[in-house]
Amino acid sequence: MKRGGLVLFSIMGLLLAWGVLEFPGLGDPSSPASSHLSPYYIQHSLTDTAVPNMVTAVLADYRGYDTMFETIVIFTAAIVCIFLLRTFKPPASRYRMYRHMATGITLRIEKGGKTPDDSEHFERIDSVWVPHDLVIRTTCRMVIPFIQVFALYVIAHGHHSPGGGFQGGVILGASVVLFAVCFDLRRTIRYLGEKMCALLCALGVLIYAGTGILCMGLQSNFLDYSALAGLFGTDPVMARSHGILIVEIGVGMAVMAVMVMLYYNLASAGRHDEGL
Amino acid sequence: MEIFQIWVLPRLNYLIYIFLMLLGLYGMLVKRNYMKKVIGLNILQTAIILFFISTAAKIGATIPIIANHEHHGSHAAVNAVQYINPLPHVLMLTAIVVAVATLGVALAMVIRIYQLFSTIEEDQVLLQLRRETLVADAKESFHD
Repeated sequence: MKRGGLVLFSIMGLLLAWGVLEFPGLGDPSSPASSHLSPYYIQHSLTDTAVPNMVTAVLADYRGYDTMFETIVIFTAAIVCIFLLRTFKPPASRYRMYRHMATGITLRIEKGGKTPDDSEHFERIDSVWVPHDLVIRTTCRMVIPFIQVFALYVIAHGHHSPGGGFQGGVILGASVVLFAVCFDLRRTIRYLGEKMCALLCALGVLIYAGTGILCMGLQSNFLDYSALAGLFGTDPVMARSHGILIVEIGVGMAVMAVMVMLYYNLASAGRHDEGL
Repeated sequence: MEIFQIWVLPRLNYLIYIFLMLLGLYGMLVKRNYMKKVIGLNILQTAIILFFISTAAKIGATIPIIANHEHHGSHAAVNAVQYINPLPHVLMLTAIVVAVATLGVALAMVIRIYQLFSTIEEDQVLLQLRRETLVADAKESFHD
């Protein structure tokens, strides 16, 4: 198998390398990839949509239909992850670990034992022992708000600078994951629950598809944001810019919720009680 | 040597992506550990993303964000040579997110396999499956 694979892939590599030598070189401005469709986008995106960032314009406007289904793909991935992993059964015979916060003494309480529910003095910790680290927690406390503000900036300013819903959503999701890594999963779920994530995820897709249907309701094509001009009180070109923003917010919400939900389920193998 | 200068050097990036892609494919097909297969899948996706991004490059061009635009209504001509191709960036932007989604689903499947078989080695999983079918067949023939 190993040798066969090596032989197969070296033949394939040689064939591909032979084919690649016919390609235009790196950075050739007259390469076929940059000479048919993309000049239209480059020349017209600003006048069509009033969005200087062509990537955002193409993503959410010209190829809006594609992006909608990309959002649905990641939504589906989150749902698949839940269906594959999520369990509500408590683990059969497990012990729980608690830490006395003042002294740092850890308690191991077997199943059936009395657990300290006085959370003022004891905190539950993961059974794979994690040391209490003040430096990590304090740093995360300081950094996470800035990460989240930056994420919102990336979503909202995607028209004028590199950014948009996908990027901002991932950064926002990463901040939640960072919180879960430096504190623990239970506390993260207390702040941003599973239901909340599922709602945000569905709401993001709904905002996207709803914008498209709203355009249809205003007697235009699906996702043709210029139909929203009357709603925003602007001209059709600016309406497309605003429509892109709405759609990007929806994408950002969906992506953030999907990332968080994937993390919750993968980190705890669907049990949502403990995990890195 | 001249061939190298004229033909290979401007296309060296493509050769690197071919190597990466084949590395990923090799990992997916030959490695017996599911985790390594998932890593191979990700390397493959990364190679394809890099390939698409490199087709967007233009010498002497800048990022596809129109600079110094007057706020809306200006119809200054934009020269396509000044900006790199935005289309591969758009496609790969969504591809990266979809790659993360597929990675999540793949990891979920690996975790599920581990829960069911307590191993993520393909050989042992297949062995267990074969044993189960053997037992089931034996039971069936016993009932007959």
